Amino acid sequence: MQRLVISALSGGLFGAGLLVSGMTNTTKVQGWLDVFGAWDPTLAFVLGGAILPMMVAWHLTTKRATSLVGQPFPSKPDPRLGHNLIIGSVLFGAGWGLVGLCPGPAIASLSWGGTGGITFILAMIGGMLLAPTLRLRIDRLAAT
Amino acid sequence: MIQTDWIWGLVGGLMIGTSAAIFLLGNGRIMGASGIIGGLVDRSGLGDWADRVAFLAALVVVPALMLPLYTVEVSTNITSNLGLVIAGGLLVGIGTRLANGCTSGHGVCGISRFSLRGIVATVFYLLAGGIAMVLFRHVLGVI
Repeated sequence: MQRLVISALSGGLFGAGLLVSGMTNTTKVQGWLDVFGAWDPTLAFVLGGAILPMMVAWHLTTKRATSLVGQPFPSKPDPRLGHNLIIGSVLFGAGWGLVGLCPGPAIASLSWGGTGGITFILAMIGGMLLAPTLRLRIDRLAAT
Repeated sequence: MIQTDWIWGLVGGLMIGTSAAIFLLGNGRIMGASGIIGGLVDRSGLGDWADRVAFLAALVVVPALMLPLYTVEVSTNITSNLGLVIAGGLLVGIGTRLANGCTSGHGVCGISRFSLRGIVATVFYLLAGGIAMVLFRHVLGVI
């Protein structure tokens, strides 16, 4: 039960933050990516503002043995990069630029995003279903 | 950019970071939107499906409840070109799962712990997004 409350608190505050920051507005996201157009620096403030509390949170994980529900904290970040990290990030960035939505804001705007928003979510789910097969193919190519 | 937009960006950003901090310190998990959704989609994260559903349900409901607070119309301003929407959605779905993270997981949670993977992923998706804008807005003129 405690886990569910924490998950809902986190998801709700995440959604509220995405709306308040303007990140559910594709114009602002594309405005940030469009360095050669009417550049909009808002996203830098959003990312900067989001990183600050998380730096404190990561520091606190070193002071405690487990999380509130008794779960161990995530292990140290993996230093290996790997081809899938690069290929995936490039594909993600291209899609993000094309439409101006990433996964969080796409879900957060579900109630007012209309047909376009729902279509985006369905296509994203389709892509997520295709990803494991694609990953196998890429890994096989990389191994040869 | 409207003059006060950066303040709202910073306030919203602090809220996003705090939500990730609650998830980390509370549940011991990294708050990555694509991972939380993707684990349900490809069934790799069914072990804690209830946490994921609770997170996603609140993610939809809370901003919906906040809409009446706005005096101006809130819109995603998403393109009406459904072909673009589908292409973008597919790329975001495939890309975030291959890379194991998106703006929240790699960007917010990764950079804040100085993770090399998070920083490298963020550099590449920002670059790819910028190139997509140049190509599709300034060269081809479709967005």
